[in-house]
Amino acid sequence: MDIPYTVQVRPDTGLYNAKVGIWLFLASEMMLFGGLFSAYILLRVGTPPGEWPHGWLDVRFGAFNTMLLALSAITTLLAWVACKVGDFRKFKFFHACTLILALSFLCVKMYEYHDKWIHYEIELKDGRIADGHLVSRTSDEVVIEGRYVTDKKDLYDLRAQKNLPHDEIRIAPSDIVKMQNYGPWHNTFTAIYFTLTGLHALHILGGCCVIGYLWGPGSKMWKTDHERFTNRVEVSGLFWHFVDLVWIFLFPVLYLT
Amino acid sequence: MQATVQEFPPYREGEAHAHEAHGHHEQPFFTKYIFSTDHKVIGLQYGFVSLCFMLFGLFLMLMMRWQIAHPGVPVPLFGPLLEKVLGQPAAGGAISADLYNSFGAMHGTIMVFLGVVPLAFAAFGNYVVPLMIGAPDMAFPRINMASFHAFFLGGLVMLVSFFIPGGAAQAGWTSYSPLATTIPTDGQAFWLVGMVLLITSSLLGAVNFIATIIQLRAPGMTWMRLPFFVWAQFVTAFLLLLAFPPLEAAGFMQLMDNVAGTSFFLPTGLAIGGHMANVSGGGSPLLWQHLFWFLGHPEVYVLILPAMGIVCEVIANNTRKPIWGYKSLVYSTLVIGLLSFIVWAHHMYMTGMGQKIATFFQATTMIISIPSVIILTCLFLSLWGASIRFNTPMMFALGFLPMFGIGGLTGLPLGLAATDLYLHDTYYIIAHFHYVVAPGTIFALFAGIYFWFPKITGRKLNEFWGRVHFWCSFIFMNVVFLPMFTQGAKGMLRRMSNGGANYSAAQVHNAIDTLPGSVMEMNTWILWGAVALGLAQIPFIINLFWSIKHGEPVESDNPWGATTLDWQTPTPPPHGNFATEPHVVRGPYEYNAPGHEGSFLPQSDPAVTPTPHAH
Repeated sequence: MDIPYTVQVRPDTGLYNAKVGIWLFLASEMMLFGGLFSAYILLRVGTPPGEWPHGWLDVRFGAFNTMLLALSAITTLLAWVACKVGDFRKFKFFHACTLILALSFLCVKMYEYHDKWIHYEIELKDGRIADGHLVSRTSDEVVIEGRYVTDKKDLYDLRAQKNLPHDEIRIAPSDIVKMQNYGPWHNTFTAIYFTLTGLHALHILGGCCVIGYLWGPGSKMWKTDHERFTNRVEVSGLFWHFVDLVWIFLFPVLYLT
Repeated sequence: MQATVQEFPPYREGEAHAHEAHGHHEQPFFTKYIFSTDHKVIGLQYGFVSLCFMLFGLFLMLMMRWQIAHPGVPVPLFGPLLEKVLGQPAAGGAISADLYNSFGAMHGTIMVFLGVVPLAFAAFGNYVVPLMIGAPDMAFPRINMASFHAFFLGGLVMLVSFFIPGGAAQAGWTSYSPLATTIPTDGQAFWLVGMVLLITSSLLGAVNFIATIIQLRAPGMTWMRLPFFVWAQFVTAFLLLLAFPPLEAAGFMQLMDNVAGTSFFLPTGLAIGGHMANVSGGGSPLLWQHLFWFLGHPEVYVLILPAMGIVCEVIANNTRKPIWGYKSLVYSTLVIGLLSFIVWAHHMYMTGMGQKIATFFQATTMIISIPSVIILTCLFLSLWGASIRFNTPMMFALGFLPMFGIGGLTGLPLGLAATDLYLHDTYYIIAHFHYVVAPGTIFALFAGIYFWFPKITGRKLNEFWGRVHFWCSFIFMNVVFLPMFTQGAKGMLRRMSNGGANYSAAQVHNAIDTLPGSVMEMNTWILWGAVALGLAQIPFIINLFWSIKHGEPVESDNPWGATTLDWQTPTPPPHGNFATEPHVVRGPYEYNAPGHEGSFLPQSDPAVTPTPHAH
């Protein structure tokens, strides 16, 4: 038994089944990220004036990652074109580029996560706050590279504060009231940042699996059922473009505002 | 004119395929029943598992009703079992308040997400929709299988959560934050993981249904020739596709709150047990409610639309005349689908979200009642002047109409903010939505089971025991739910593990507006009504299994004399469904058409099949 229109298009709709399926799936994905973006808006609007963080993320990394994904969108398209014109080597080359770009994106993202993970805000008994990256932590002392602030508000908006001091600060554990890194639990900004980018990274990872499969073992279908293979590349490409598009929204929302 | 009659790719090629199609190869159990990609087997898998879950939901309800009527008294028969399985929360065989909360939350979750939706949408949709549109299978059979597996896994996670320390989720099926995060049990995390799996399952199902209905309609099956059931499933699939993801987003965020210590839904200054909570704060409890009800309200239509579809098919078939107002039904369904996305905050009048927002949602809520009334009116008018065949499916379908009517009309006072402020969270609302879902949707589902059973097995369910099942269910449903309107109007709140005893006149003297003894007494009637309702399902369960082997065999492939394509298949339909590709030539409800002999005209009449070049 064969399912009709798995490869050929149905005349009155002009689509093959998987293309209908992927657009429906993307509509659903839009609502998923739509829910999270509206959560972002509501949390940001509900924050007391002056307490929503600005400039916590390095725009250079974000911009670099945006460029990586934009390039990968182009290579995905070129890979599909290579399928259409029947050039197997070009297909392999362009999708290899897509994969490398995607994995580079994830590496950069991981570095950014790690940077937040070792970034600590330490409340001291004298009322000051030590804020900086952890160098070492023993039972005798905690060493960070950063600065002291007296008012917590100074930590929220970093856009105007250029050339922050990076002094080595040594703190005795007995002076510490509370020590917390910039993980998701730090405040609602880090919470939504990690959740949104984490979910997006999972989508990148999923896309890598699919494209990796089509690039590797799945490419056997090139010979056995070329048209169907081309459709698969197209459908996975549509998903990939969606994932890129989400990042196009994430970048300004999280890095630039 | 080529567009109207399409070339339909042949899905039976050569002898080898034909053999396979008739099931002559004995497949091993695993590939046949567990890893099947056949839409009919998947439909039956969904049907069997969801019926089991509904039975379990009924059991939880009985335990709760005992506790409400006899607070703190050990449960007869099942008390020792509960204590043995669940331990301390059921100490002495009595249900503790925590356990009551667990049962309440899980009763709602199981009935909605693991019982009614999988049965109405996934089971009936899977089995019937491809048959009705003349398709050989779903568009994506393997995704269909994955959908069932995700559903099964989600159900398993929900069940396992009963046995972890602290027990299953206790924050109600709506899981409002911050309560859902502050109750000291991991059951909530299990609930959220289970929900994410169930949402994945319904996403895969919805994509599949829509793609199938758009792509795999048989030649000649135009949109306005689709049976109403298919339309209902089509709109339902869109609701699941678009309304569920925001809850999934909310689920991720609440999971982060529970597991990673974030504060998406936890406000600044949150105190737990008299101490400041160790969270960053800054979150919004209202956000959860918005995201939850953004799914929650369309979900109501996910529960009711497939039921209306089934009722429509059964009524058309047993009134033996065309359904009244087919186009009105279709357009009303589409309007309901659209409007259901902008009524959600009528569940939130009590939150103090503001008069202006409440006014907007009141208006949309009143507007959405119009298409619902149109649908019900069309179904009622279809009965006019018909010589009705009163068989079991028809009785359940007829039972659906007034019961859903009561459920729908009692919803109006809840849609208006002024009256809702009083009725909110009372037993009135429990009565209201149970009338919609229990004697409403579930009756329609029973109608569907009695109606399509002969197609699935080649035998009819026993008619006498079917009637016993109907009348007992009908009477005891009302015994259970009718008194709740009174209780709610008198001010009895829901979610109280002692059934409101602490507000009763017997315990609180010299206070105004306590619950009088007559209202408290109703708890006992409801308990015995519920027990009787549970017993009334026994004939059905026995009938269901007994009739598979011993029921009255059908004489033809079309025992009800139905017009739609699902009855033009062999019985039971083989893998690939149709012996020859169907060509649809007319609308779905051509009963007793003037100028034709016989009482019905099937949608695909081989005698009138046009040649491919006729146009």
